[in-house]
Amino acid sequence: MEGKPKITVDGLMKAFYKKQGSVIALEDISLTINEGEFVCLVGPSGCGKTTLLRILAGLEHPSVGSFTIETENEDRPLQSMVFQERGVIPWLTVRENVAFGLKMRKLPKDFVEERTNYYLKKTGLERFSSLYPKELSGGMKQRVSIARAFANDPEILLMDEPFGALDEQNRFILQEELLNIWAETKKTVLFITHSIDEALLLSDRILLMGAQPGKIIAEISIDKPRPRKIEDIRKDPEMAAVFLEIWHHLQEEVLKSRE
Amino acid sequence: MNNQQLARDESFEVEQREWKRRQRKERGKQLLTIVSPVFLLLLWEVMSRTGILDIRFFPPPSRIVQTFYEMIMSGMMAKHVGVSLYRIFIGFLAGVIPGVIIGLLMGLYSPIRHFVQPIVMALMPIPTLALLPIIIILFGIGDLSKVVTIAGSVFFPVVINTAAGVLNIDKIYLDVANNYQTSRWNFFFKIALPGSLPVMLEGIQMGQAIALLTIVAAEMMGATSGIGYLIWTSYKAFLLPEMYVGLILISFFGYLFSIFLRALQNKLLPWR
Repeated sequence: MEGKPKITVDGLMKAFYKKQGSVIALEDISLTINEGEFVCLVGPSGCGKTTLLRILAGLEHPSVGSFTIETENEDRPLQSMVFQERGVIPWLTVRENVAFGLKMRKLPKDFVEERTNYYLKKTGLERFSSLYPKELSGGMKQRVSIARAFANDPEILLMDEPFGALDEQNRFILQEELLNIWAETKKTVLFITHSIDEALLLSDRILLMGAQPGKIIAEISIDKPRPRKIEDIRKDPEMAAVFLEIWHHLQEEVLKSRE
Repeated sequence: MNNQQLARDESFEVEQREWKRRQRKERGKQLLTIVSPVFLLLLWEVMSRTGILDIRFFPPPSRIVQTFYEMIMSGMMAKHVGVSLYRIFIGFLAGVIPGVIIGLLMGLYSPIRHFVQPIVMALMPIPTLALLPIIIILFGIGDLSKVVTIAGSVFFPVVINTAAGVLNIDKIYLDVANNYQTSRWNFFFKIALPGSLPVMLEGIQMGQAIALLTIVAAEMMGATSGIGYLIWTSYKAFLLPEMYVGLILISFFGYLFSIFLRALQNKLLPWR
């Protein structure tokens, strides 16, 4: 998977200043994610993975260090984020939510309409397009969030544990749906999760993060051919070995953070 | 197969009986809600007719209804009600509009909030009615002084609830707006305004109740017409049926406005 670099993070640090003692949330993060690559960032909660994502999303500033996202097309937004379940705006209908990014960018009406329809259809939300989010299940809400991000056609996609709140069956379904849409657009994706299974299914590459201070402790490439199915990943003894490898790394981290 | 069908039929029947029982219970409760005010009025009627209640202070409801009818016929009713409703309406708007605008500004811009909040907090506990003498000196005994009094009372719950409404918007929606490059204008109309609307409308509902409380008191002092004037002069002339008519009018309009605002709330907040 050799491509040209899309996201480059260089010596990035983030500290949180508090009077009772400051914390280093991210320590010396350097990484490169290539064009079209799907990278999962896996780590125990509190390791700073969300902070890293929020910095890339422009929602927070790094204390030291920098990052660049290569732009291919000036008209495109740099990044769009798929938020956790509550990220769907409750006072907008499903259609308005999906069209949100496009409308905010004041694109021509026809274009917004067309793209919105395309992604509503793609995510199976057509029938629900005039409903408000309160009437949707958790899985449907996340489809809205995903459709909104893809419709916005950004340079890169950032996903913050989008399936964290879903039940397992729904999670498998949405993971495969996400892969289908992604395969079509070949966007560069940085995806946060704490589920090793999820990371194995989705990623080209997995970055493992350790906690306190948050840094990248290991990097694992997943070379399974696509399209992947959850059954294939579960059956594959090689993947089982990778699962254990990741688990051992993370176990150490979790134990360390308990002390 | 047949057995299974029978078992299903039976379970449906059981549930249907249960459902019907619950429905009957619901209807019973609704009936109680209607019966209670009627019961109170009947009790009142009987007690004042039998002399248990002093008829001078508590004229029977039938007498009040009769007075009500006479007042409608003489045209007095229309005059007082019209004047009061006009004052309430204008005063209410004059309180709500600046309340919403200042509240939104307070919620959106923290320097404004920090500057305005102490002023609002310091002024809020002062009853506008206590300022009535000054208001009358400044604005006269006509409609304007009543409008100002109502506006002053309505303003506070609205401004506080509107600011709280903006501040209560879940941070994640602000992140979404930021992430999707929302302009200031769009942020205001797509996020801040709709997001704060539920709490804001609660404040407006409160303001409505306060407007009615205020009009009565405001019209008792330095007024020549209105429901409050009606209540006060009837009371002074010891025309208690007329006074009760005034009280019932206030209660009726309070109820009517609440229903209207609830309906508006449902209309404006389909997503709740």
